Amino acid sequence: MAGLLLSSTEKMYILHGVQDDYRSDGRSNIDYRPMELETDVVSHASGSARLRLANTDILVGVKTEIDEPKPNNPGLGKIEFFVDCSANATPEFEGRGGEQLANMISNLMQRAYHSSQAFDLKQLCILEGKQCWKLYVDILILECGGNLCDAVSLAVKAALFNTRIPFVKAALMDGGSVDFQLSDDPYDCKLLEVGNAPLLVTLCKIGNKCVVDPSAEEESCSVISLIVGITGNPKYYSKESKASLNFECKCSTIGMNGPGSVAPETFKAAITQGIIAAKCLDEALGRTLLRERQECGSYKKNSYGFLK
Amino acid sequence: MNGHVTIRLASERVNHCVASSNELPRFYTPGEVISGMQDFMRGHGTYVEDDCIKSSVAGVMQKVNKLICVRPLKSRYVGEIGDVVVGRVLEVQQKRWKIETNSRLDSILQLSSVNLPGGELRRRSAEDEQMMRKHLQEGDLISAEVQSVFSDGSLSLHTRSLKYGKLSQGVLMKVFPSLIKRRKNHFHNLPCGIAIIIGNNGFIWMSPMQRNVIIGENKDEIQNYEHQPINKSDREIMARLKNCVAALVAAKMMLDDSSIMFAYEESLRYDDVKELLDPEVMLDIAFLTQHRLNSIMEE
Repeated sequence: MAGLLLSSTEKMYILHGVQDDYRSDGRSNIDYRPMELETDVVSHASGSARLRLANTDILVGVKTEIDEPKPNNPGLGKIEFFVDCSANATPEFEGRGGEQLANMISNLMQRAYHSSQAFDLKQLCILEGKQCWKLYVDILILECGGNLCDAVSLAVKAALFNTRIPFVKAALMDGGSVDFQLSDDPYDCKLLEVGNAPLLVTLCKIGNKCVVDPSAEEESCSVISLIVGITGNPKYYSKESKASLNFECKCSTIGMNGPGSVAPETFKAAITQGIIAAKCLDEALGRTLLRERQECGSYKKNSYGFLK
Repeated sequence: MNGHVTIRLASERVNHCVASSNELPRFYTPGEVISGMQDFMRGHGTYVEDDCIKSSVAGVMQKVNKLICVRPLKSRYVGEIGDVVVGRVLEVQQKRWKIETNSRLDSILQLSSVNLPGGELRRRSAEDEQMMRKHLQEGDLISAEVQSVFSDGSLSLHTRSLKYGKLSQGVLMKVFPSLIKRRKNHFHNLPCGIAIIIGNNGFIWMSPMQRNVIIGENKDEIQNYEHQPINKSDREIMARLKNCVAALVAAKMMLDDSSIMFAYEESLRYDDVKELLDPEVMLDIAFLTQHRLNSIMEE
């Protein structure tokens, strides 16, 4: 991110604040700023979501396509992430400026979703060994106000929650190739199970403590940030509470960003903090998504998008 | 230990407007026709096309006799002599500092227009030039006054008074310059124990009030004092003030010491400072502040 110039005394103020667990806008080290979410914003995508966190604006669209599964795991579908940094976000993204950041985020998402405990690719299988669904997750960064990874992962999970995959009505086997007839009715579709899908939490190391959801000023105070991918809890995403009692969140990926270093103790503390933060995020996201689904249950809701 | 996360739906988005609909001014968008050319003159923020005066910026129209201007809502700071500004040092150059003040061009602070230790009026020697970075270095924040405006619109600043100069620990907020109300005094010691500088350029600086400490001439002592951690209660008040200013800005209300103080007092009904980040609470505070300002106007 762009290096914001800060004076040494301002940095000291932020540093002391983090040590006191009281940041300059009154948040503690594991509090997020309020977010705004809307799903089903892109009518021609199978699933979509828009998330706004302070000044960060993310639009995610999910597209489905029929593909052949990989020969080494014939029972699994495919998922692919693509990040596009719009030059509207910051002038630095112009041309190929945002490419490195975009690759970093898409690789991180790919890694986080790789594990079968994070996202079950079996549900994308149509005919084992022959055909499967492939999900293209397109992530568009429209405005950049810091804490991109967290916002992207939340928006992706919301978009996947919103994704509808049409049912297969009939299949025709013709020699080796398979021909499908898909259902034309847009309501005749299945929803994905995304309860386990991971969320990324960026932990910005300031002094010897870590904060989540750093503001631009806080980001420029830290030399290293850890990004952890934590799997979600499916109980927040369904109305019937199948109480999976001793459910434990798992850490599916860890990434680092920045030139600094982390001591082993800080590292452990940071991951624990990340798990706590991810749990809160997951719960809030699930509650919001269920509420939205309930509100616009049967009728077509009016979309707000960017205006109002 | 539990984090605080709120995710709201777009359908619950809050409209931050506090003014009632009959007192809302007419907004013009770029390219919108304001009037025919016949008997008006075009001023700032307008242009002439097809015998019509059109707006070139988004803002409200102001008419002085036959002159039509459009004042933009969001713009860079246009400086005037005597304005109090808060700025950040970008570069140390030959005999001058380059200062970022949210105007179109970077402002300049000459070495000859700062107070150096040891006597008001003394010649600037070559040594002083070499010591410039000791005095102010890149990233430092200063408060200053606009001394003059160059022909290209860039500003020349001065800090030739004890109230101006380098700022130490505190929080900077950036708001639109058009929201700052011009006042005689822009330095305020608020009754809650916080000193605030409302820069005309839209930079607002908040810091704990200087306690009555005797600071000797010794430079180390000053440094030590600067590096003391700020206590929790001051920190809490500053966070509250910051969120109150953010609430007023979201509602596009004019900022001065009284509106900020009213907002602060109204915000005290919310115990937890981080509650003030919630859009609904922000609207509530802006609304209550507007109400109090209106009642004062009536009296």
